[in-house]
Amino acid sequence: MSEPKGPAERGKIVTEPEPISYNFAYLDEETKRMIRRALLKALAIPGYQVPFASREMPMPYGWGTGGVQVTAACLVPEDVLKVIDQGADDTTNAVSIRAFFARTAGVRTTTRTAEATIIQTRHRVPETPLREGQILVFQVPIPEPLRFLEPRETETRRMHALQDYGLMHVKLYEDIARHGEIATSYAYPVKVEGRYVMDPSPIPKFDNPKLSMCPAIQLFGAGREARIYALPPWTRVESLDFEDHPFTPSKADQACALCGAADSYLDEVITDDAGGRMFVCSDTDHCAGRRGEAS
Amino acid sequence: MTARRGAPARAGGDPSAQDRPLLTVEGLTKRYGARIGCADVGFMLWPGEVMGIVGESGSGKSTLLGCLAGHIAPDAGRVIFDTRDRGPRDVLAMPEPERRMLARTDWAFVHQNPRDGLRMGVSAGANVGERLMAVGARHYGQIRGAARDWMARVEIDVGRIDDRPSAFSGGMQQRLQIARNLVTGPRLVFMDEPTGGLDVSVQARLLDLLRGLVRGMGLSAVVVTHDLAVVRLLSDRLMVMQGGRVVEQGLTDQVLDDPQHGYTQLLVSSVLQV
Repeated sequence: MSEPKGPAERGKIVTEPEPISYNFAYLDEETKRMIRRALLKALAIPGYQVPFASREMPMPYGWGTGGVQVTAACLVPEDVLKVIDQGADDTTNAVSIRAFFARTAGVRTTTRTAEATIIQTRHRVPETPLREGQILVFQVPIPEPLRFLEPRETETRRMHALQDYGLMHVKLYEDIARHGEIATSYAYPVKVEGRYVMDPSPIPKFDNPKLSMCPAIQLFGAGREARIYALPPWTRVESLDFEDHPFTPSKADQACALCGAADSYLDEVITDDAGGRMFVCSDTDHCAGRRGEAS
Repeated sequence: MTARRGAPARAGGDPSAQDRPLLTVEGLTKRYGARIGCADVGFMLWPGEVMGIVGESGSGKSTLLGCLAGHIAPDAGRVIFDTRDRGPRDVLAMPEPERRMLARTDWAFVHQNPRDGLRMGVSAGANVGERLMAVGARHYGQIRGAARDWMARVEIDVGRIDDRPSAFSGGMQQRLQIARNLVTGPRLVFMDEPTGGLDVSVQARLLDLLRGLVRGMGLSAVVVTHDLAVVRLLSDRLMVMQGGRVVEQGLTDQVLDDPQHGYTQLLVSSVLQV
């Protein structure tokens, strides 16, 4: 302390710490190259799980470490990023990941699906149809669709290699036998281009049809499990079912209480402790857009 | 002595395939390091025929069965199976997908412990239906119909179709395992001590059931057991193993009533009389 400073100057020192400089989008270039190689391989073999050297990210597992690494590897400075968490742009996970890339990559962010070039999502596909040139990045907790049926990784890999997927239908059979219908309502298994059975991440089965013949690139990243898989644009994706119990993309049998949409996926919101509830669009951007148009 | 005594007995199945063996085994050898699992085993199994393999614990019975069924890779020998569409093929030289396909269509494997052969976490109906779904059945009603039909055929109350096998008794589990294996109409069944661990009255019922199914469907089977009564009831021909080698083979009644080899004589005289 040599000489006293004015209050303004002192305040400046306290509030602005030494700026930490990260590489563009946090990860170093070699790591991004490694992830891009995995992504290219995944795109070349739709639905196949490609192992990659998943990095420790500055967020806990389960918060989208896989998705964040994939997004980081895809981002360029011109990108416009949108992040959603169960359809919403304003929940903790979405806000923090958006802030993370706004800070480490300096890219423009948006909440509008149509404006975004990269959309990182946790467990939803936006209601607004995607277009060519967009990339949808899914956060995946457990990439292996056979995991809860067959715990051995060596065996599930062999089953994928030999297309030995009878077990998957055993699970659906059990659902019907016990509940009278296929009760799996999220992470509903799909078959990609008639070859690999894939876990579409825990999206509601309402979103499954949107995966098929989608013009955008869809990338799936599982950080803890260190797997990447992908659907190139215009890929055929079929949900598994039985001939006499066909797949149905279900949703709450209501219309959105805010925008009145009858065709979007709805969240149930408990409004009081007396059984009051309302159903609102899970996709906040879609809902806000519709209300903007309506008013 | 390993001289063959007696020829294939009964007819059954596809008459065009009657003139050649369903399964031909030549010089099958499996070593565990310096020890012998089974050595230089060879036999032929004809359509509709049941072959029994007996011997004490450690005589190589289960190793042999494992080698035949493709669970264990043998060190030498050939296992030639008369496939439906492509005739006799060496199973050991087949690519893995083909062998797996064979294992869930034309072959069946009944484990000694039903827990090894059943999926304990899913219902009885799903257990029976699994093989059907694995080969492409995609109609729930038909799969369930087949499961019901097969549960009735193995004398399990059809009302228990949605119960898990863990809620079944040992005998029911074993019968469920048999239903699960036979639902795709296999031509060759491998059985490893199918009556092991069951009490005598349940054993008798199971044997009766097995005999009916084998005769009715014209199945060929290889039955491994240490219980001479089981082979007496089930099998047409018998192989006696000791120390990994076949010491005697022939027609079941012939071997059991007039054993030639010293070890067989010991085995036959060791059976307790009530």
